[in-house]
Amino acid sequence: MSRVEEVEGAGANGTADATGAADANATADGTGPVDATRTADAAGTLRGPSPLWTLGLFRSELTTTLRRWRTLALLGVLAAVPVLIGIAVKIETSDGGPVGDGGGQGPAFITQITNNGLFLVFAALAATLPVFLPMTIGVVAGDAIAGEASSGTLRYLLVAPAGRTRLLFAKYAATCAFCLVATLVVAGSALAVGALLFPLGDVVTISGTRISFGDGLLRAALVAVVVAASLAGIAALGLFVSTLTGSGIAAMATTVGLLITVQILDTIPQLHGIHPYLFPHYWLSFADLMREPVHWDEVVKNLGLQGVYVAVFGSAAWARFTAKDITA
Amino acid sequence: MAPNDSAQTTEEAKDLVAGRRRATRYIVPVAVAGVAAATIGLVPALAASGDPDLPKITAQELIEKMAASDTQQLSGTVKINTDLGIPSLGGLAELGGGSLAPGGERGESGSAASPDGKLLELASGSHTLRVAADGPDKQKVSILEDTAEYSVIHNSGEVWAYDSASNEAFHAKDDGSGTGPGKEREAAPKDLPTTPKELADEALKAADETTSVTVGGTAQVAGRDAYQLVIKPKQSGSTVGSIKIAVDAKNGVPLKFTLTPSSGGKAAIDAGFTKVDFSKPAASTFDFTPPKGAKVTEADELEKEKGLERGAKNHEDFKGMEDFQGLNIIGEGWTSIAKIEMPGGEGIGAPKDGEVPPEAEKFLNALGDQVDGKFGSGTVFKTRLVNALMTDDGKVYVGAVTKDALVKAANEGK
Repeated sequence: MSRVEEVEGAGANGTADATGAADANATADGTGPVDATRTADAAGTLRGPSPLWTLGLFRSELTTTLRRWRTLALLGVLAAVPVLIGIAVKIETSDGGPVGDGGGQGPAFITQITNNGLFLVFAALAATLPVFLPMTIGVVAGDAIAGEASSGTLRYLLVAPAGRTRLLFAKYAATCAFCLVATLVVAGSALAVGALLFPLGDVVTISGTRISFGDGLLRAALVAVVVAASLAGIAALGLFVSTLTGSGIAAMATTVGLLITVQILDTIPQLHGIHPYLFPHYWLSFADLMREPVHWDEVVKNLGLQGVYVAVFGSAAWARFTAKDITA
Repeated sequence: MAPNDSAQTTEEAKDLVAGRRRATRYIVPVAVAGVAAATIGLVPALAASGDPDLPKITAQELIEKMAASDTQQLSGTVKINTDLGIPSLGGLAELGGGSLAPGGERGESGSAASPDGKLLELASGSHTLRVAADGPDKQKVSILEDTAEYSVIHNSGEVWAYDSASNEAFHAKDDGSGTGPGKEREAAPKDLPTTPKELADEALKAADETTSVTVGGTAQVAGRDAYQLVIKPKQSGSTVGSIKIAVDAKNGVPLKFTLTPSSGGKAAIDAGFTKVDFSKPAASTFDFTPPKGAKVTEADELEKEKGLERGAKNHEDFKGMEDFQGLNIIGEGWTSIAKIEMPGGEGIGAPKDGEVPPEAEKFLNALGDQVDGKFGSGTVFKTRLVNALMTDDGKVYVGAVTKDALVKAANEGK
């Protein structure tokens, strides 16, 4: 043990304490005015900020997210996937042959696209759901808190009379809204491409029965909503990771890394015991909505599982974020 | 830390309190996870408990009830779990090409929608099926696959099979039953002097010597009260431990079938309704027109093509078969063993050294156990239900019996 080390240790302690104090101050700064306004409000109307105010926070969060170049680029990539699939199928079937070797291999729904352009919606969602969509959500959710922290704007957000729980909630709601937006971008682009390149008309469900095109569109909308809802789990996971670190990049990388790890675990047959508890396990169950009659079992399981993930990681994010020292 | 710094100690104390408060917040996610885990664990346990209280019934009455059942309309979801102890039959079908299952060959002439290939897939793993029936004219069975479905639809003489994954359809005409199925089927029972009661008598009498048939309590299957009919072999040496059939207490429809091997463990075959509805299914369920762009294979065409292709080959095969000494059945009931003898003693016997590539031989040996006995030596291939003994002199003994029983049969046959 050298004296220098001791001194260094003391120095480190000193800094730590100093930041601790600063944190305390920051927290006080952050919540102080909030409480003041709240009290003022309470004096006037006997209640906290109105729900509309939260909606405003949510709206501003959503517009900030959607205005980012990075987000727009991600959405552009998502919109390009159905275009690629559509053109590839069109070229391959231009000589009248079937898609693939006819053995039923390849991505889901791809063989049915030629009968009905609407199936491009399902094929595109099935193609983007394993990687592209959750990766986009991972980027947005991971950035939610950690991005603000690393760019130094989190402190100012908390100065606004919102409170941490409310801010977190607005962030999560914005992320979920983004899930829906991302899914609808894929579905919308797929529908447009499908309508352009392939015939539309009565839809043959995968059970072999026929439903009208209107019903088919309704199913497609339902599928989009279910797909968006299946991303709620990874959104909550990303938000939790985001509260753990002060670096936006680290949070995004961790979320996407977790996603890939879980997907790999989901393919290992020896681990089948834990498969039903992995959040991507029932993702492709949205295909059950294309059966006639609809087979709800797996869809319900999927939504229930996402609910559990949202509850666990949402509350973990809340516990972490409300107890965290905000230094930036 | 310097203990004499009073300001710091208060700070520490504050930190401690704050830290504790922070820690308590983490109880929330942990509690949520705990509750979720408990719910997932408990709900099936709670749902499974509580066998229904039903009046006592004898095995005979239960069989009568099954025989008298005239339920013709139903729809529901069936879950099939098969664990025969065979690696994966799907893979085997591919390996064996046309020899194992005609539908397994997905070559030029085959069709992915041809029903025979799909049957083999059902023989291993876990599958969800949907069934619907409306009288003898209309039935539909669908195998729910991931993001795809395979359906076989029978509607008044037309049989369609549709595989959504490959977008291929298979069409066949079901002659005979299509023209007057109702009459034929109603006439048949009249020819045989069987009221349900007599049928039950006959069935029990036939089973009496080799089999015990009892009613083993009640169960709840797909939300319906059911009696359990338990069938057990009386003979020893069978690989079948017991067969349980859950029969709906109201209308006598079998709802669940469980076959447990005598070696214990998981059921080898477990098939049962998870949802069932005895009202008339919608007529549109049985309508099928192949979607535009779907490849339709007609059954007659398929036969013709295959026939031409295989004609020459089959002819040779049959020449060899002429000397086939046929199938001898040894024993009776549950422990009957099929003995297959090939001409010259070398037909399909265990391959001799040098006849097969060493890798293949190693593979075959790894699959089976070597046994010796009075009969000579041979290899036993084991699954959880069916075992086969292939002797080195070209005899094959197959049965749902244990290895020892096979060896005994081989010794006696010598």
